[in-house]
Amino acid sequence: MSEYKIDHNMALTGEPPKSLDTWQKLAVLIGMSGLGILLLATLNINFPDKTLWLTISLSALATGILLFSYREYQGKSKGIKNDGVWFKSISSRGLWAWLSGIALTGFYIVLYFFPQYLGLNPDGENTGVISLFDPLSKVLSGNPASQWFVYGVLYTIAILAFGIKFLYKYRHNRYERLRTFSVMFFQTAFAFLIPELMLRLNNPDLPYYDLKNIWPLNYYNFEQYRVDQFISAGTIGIALLIFGVLSILVITPILTYKYGKRWYCSWVCGCGGLAETAGDPFRHLSDKSLFAWRVERWVVHSVLVFVVLMTTAVIYTYLGYDADKYWLNREFFLISVASGLTILFALIWYFKKDELEKDAKYGAVTYLAIILGLIVIHYLSGSNVFLFQAETLRSTYAFLIGAIFSGVIGTGFYPIFGNRVWCRFGCPMAAILGIQQRLFSRFRITTNGGQCISCGNCSTYCEMGIDVRAYAQKGQNIIRASCVGCGICSAVCPRGVLKLENGSRDNRINSDGVLLGNDVDLLDHIRDYDPTRSPRKE
Amino acid sequence: MKHIVIIGNGISGVTAARHIRKQKDYRITLISSESQYFFSRTALMYIYMGHMTYENTKPYEDWFWKKNRLELLFAHVEKVDTDTKTLHLDTGDNVTYDRLIIACGSKPNRFGWPGQDLEGVQGLYSKQDLEMLERNAPNNKQCPHAVIIGGGLIGIELAEMLSTRKIPVTFLVREKNFWGNILPPEDAALIEEHIREHHIDLRLSTELKEIEADENGRCRAVITNTGERIECQLVGLTAGVSPNIDFLKDSKIELGRGVKVNRYLETNIADVFAIGDCAEQTETSGKRRPIEAVWYTGRMMGEVVAQTICGRRTPYQPGHWFNSAKFFDIEYQTYGWVWPEPSENEKQLFWKHPSGKKAIRLAYDKNTKHLLGLNSFGIRIRHEVIDQWLTEKRKLSYVIENFKEALFEPEFFGTYKEDLRMIKNQFATV
Repeated sequence: MSEYKIDHNMALTGEPPKSLDTWQKLAVLIGMSGLGILLLATLNINFPDKTLWLTISLSALATGILLFSYREYQGKSKGIKNDGVWFKSISSRGLWAWLSGIALTGFYIVLYFFPQYLGLNPDGENTGVISLFDPLSKVLSGNPASQWFVYGVLYTIAILAFGIKFLYKYRHNRYERLRTFSVMFFQTAFAFLIPELMLRLNNPDLPYYDLKNIWPLNYYNFEQYRVDQFISAGTIGIALLIFGVLSILVITPILTYKYGKRWYCSWVCGCGGLAETAGDPFRHLSDKSLFAWRVERWVVHSVLVFVVLMTTAVIYTYLGYDADKYWLNREFFLISVASGLTILFALIWYFKKDELEKDAKYGAVTYLAIILGLIVIHYLSGSNVFLFQAETLRSTYAFLIGAIFSGVIGTGFYPIFGNRVWCRFGCPMAAILGIQQRLFSRFRITTNGGQCISCGNCSTYCEMGIDVRAYAQKGQNIIRASCVGCGICSAVCPRGVLKLENGSRDNRINSDGVLLGNDVDLLDHIRDYDPTRSPRKE
Repeated sequence: MKHIVIIGNGISGVTAARHIRKQKDYRITLISSESQYFFSRTALMYIYMGHMTYENTKPYEDWFWKKNRLELLFAHVEKVDTDTKTLHLDTGDNVTYDRLIIACGSKPNRFGWPGQDLEGVQGLYSKQDLEMLERNAPNNKQCPHAVIIGGGLIGIELAEMLSTRKIPVTFLVREKNFWGNILPPEDAALIEEHIREHHIDLRLSTELKEIEADENGRCRAVITNTGERIECQLVGLTAGVSPNIDFLKDSKIELGRGVKVNRYLETNIADVFAIGDCAEQTETSGKRRPIEAVWYTGRMMGEVVAQTICGRRTPYQPGHWFNSAKFFDIEYQTYGWVWPEPSENEKQLFWKHPSGKKAIRLAYDKNTKHLLGLNSFGIRIRHEVIDQWLTEKRKLSYVIENFKEALFEPEFFGTYKEDLRMIKNQFATV
């Protein structure tokens, strides 16, 4: 049965206002001219004064974004600014969305696979757009630019400029503002400036290390060339190496226990930083269906298994042929990984079995069996680790996950699939934090008594595709592995129903929740008011 | 197998269906002529404003109904014959039931204004109303001016909707304050100021006299009781809603303004129940009104009637009154009773933030000093805490002292410090 769809583009009578004012058109022009300079440089147009033209280009980009944002929100009263989101071509999968999606995707393909077209020349002088960035790179690290330096600069500018846009858009919301200041800071300082300066000031042996980029998101952190660099850089290097191990094994679990995975995903992480700033206009495009949730769980945890296998294989391999260089013994390493995973699995199974869905149980058992099986096969046969060459695993991961998934699809398709596709379906770090958040955290989103009107703003604007409304209208807390704690569901709720909180773990998951207000003895549904249920800080 | 038929697929009917299905294997059919699938009426405004699509307003995916064996019938019930337990549909088909739940909702009020049925004159309640609005007021070229009649929740929603399409709005409110039959004057003034900030031409104490037609039978202007003529291409009638029960007039079901029901939501006819907006309680609960067209009461009646139908006869006891709304950018919540004019023994305290965007009003019993109710603007309040305080008849001093516990504000909002101090200072002096 066909149902009448309220479709504005089909309306004969006209369309709601969504056009840009003169200033915004000018802003687009300015921003595009900044991009134009970069494009001309890519096409090997020679700019005589590189410092000047780079400055003009980057300033134009930032100015364009800021002027556009100022006109967008200026003169409007503080509050939610989602008017016309589904009418605008760029944010409703219209022509502009597809064009920018294709352009971004193309950029990532060139960046990852054809940096020579950007002018990269490892053996001599850079040309093209990369040479335009040489002066800036030399100021910071003393070295000429690479494609990654170009990318880093543009990435940082995007987070800063769109971050300011976001700050202005959510100027009524202190949580959103603090969170955005945080991602802007971590991107500028940790991802961009500190590693560059470390190269210059300290030690050229030290690997380029963004301290907040934690394994397994930073899947190459323990590869041989990096570990060798850490070791040869002396005390600082060893300290950084230890920090890298502690980050995932100690720091991350503690912070996630206290605050949920949001401490990382929407306050610190660079991928999250871009998604929350430049990606903010696309958050409503995420798929909320139950089917998408199923796919998400299988895919993201498969990537996690993949990265664990790959890293184990890579480390195992270099521990083997350079045995005397490292204190760690390859057999000991492999047995540690196997027993560590087994213990972790056993503990979760013992304490949290009741909280696992059926497919989570199947998945966990299957994956553990595969990992242990591969380790045993290897141990008995002594041949290739895990049936594959470690290098094959590594390069496959780098290509499929590191480049295609996180870059080309993850960011290139912002305007089509939403801004958190990588974080939701691909990021192994998010998978680990998600398991911790779901099972061992104080974080939850609480709902406010019976005030929910099922309008669905929360679900619509959830970038992770969580059907928040499904919980809120039942009075249940929202405790989902994927929730990055961006706080937008709470912000857009017109009835003040949702609140992000850290609190007692007792009754954190209230799946039998009944809504407040009905003084009916619903027998098995009834839940008396219990002050401990409310997650106020103890 | 018993056949439960529900007329209406809004929040009341759908909640009833879900809760019956949780317990029993009955055959359940939902009949609606408004939409194929359940959608959230409260989100209609967000479709027009471009915040959401129609798909986004559906709380359940389309496969949900089949999976839970809830049959959906897209048809209009024209007649109910309770003797033969038969419904006559506009499609010519008949449906027989064992139990019938009437959950047919409301329709916008029309008070017999001259011209109220002209083209371009409409209410805002149903999906069809929204589609009509999209035709009547797609943009400010086709609709250079709109007039809204009736200062309540739907009126201000419509004003906000039209303003997102930059359509100038004149807003006629009969009372001398906005939503004056609910809000005390200072509370109303805060909202009035906010309405005007959004460039809405708000006219208090002004009534509609008639709507003028053009040669094609479309509205061209309204004339007010002060004799002013305001040209407009859209007239929004938002002076409340009433039960949508015309199709029951010839049935044996007892009607008042709505379908009359007792505390068990039973009508005068056996096996026929009524819930939600269309139900009129013959014995009301506390100070609640006989008809409450509110989202959550519909939901609660659905939960209750499901218990009765599944063999556990249960009275409807809605507990302490509460409600919420959003006036442009200002959120409003209310708990317990705060009357626009303090009732007997009621005293009120009011605090307004210097920004004019936040306020708290507390009502208490001047003899016993216990809390009677609370209005809050721009500050989120924790429902279960206030609900508990009302039940426990907490004293005003306790409420003020522990006010922090009642906050549901997002983290870092700082209401804790500055605002709480102001609230306490203000109320301590009384």
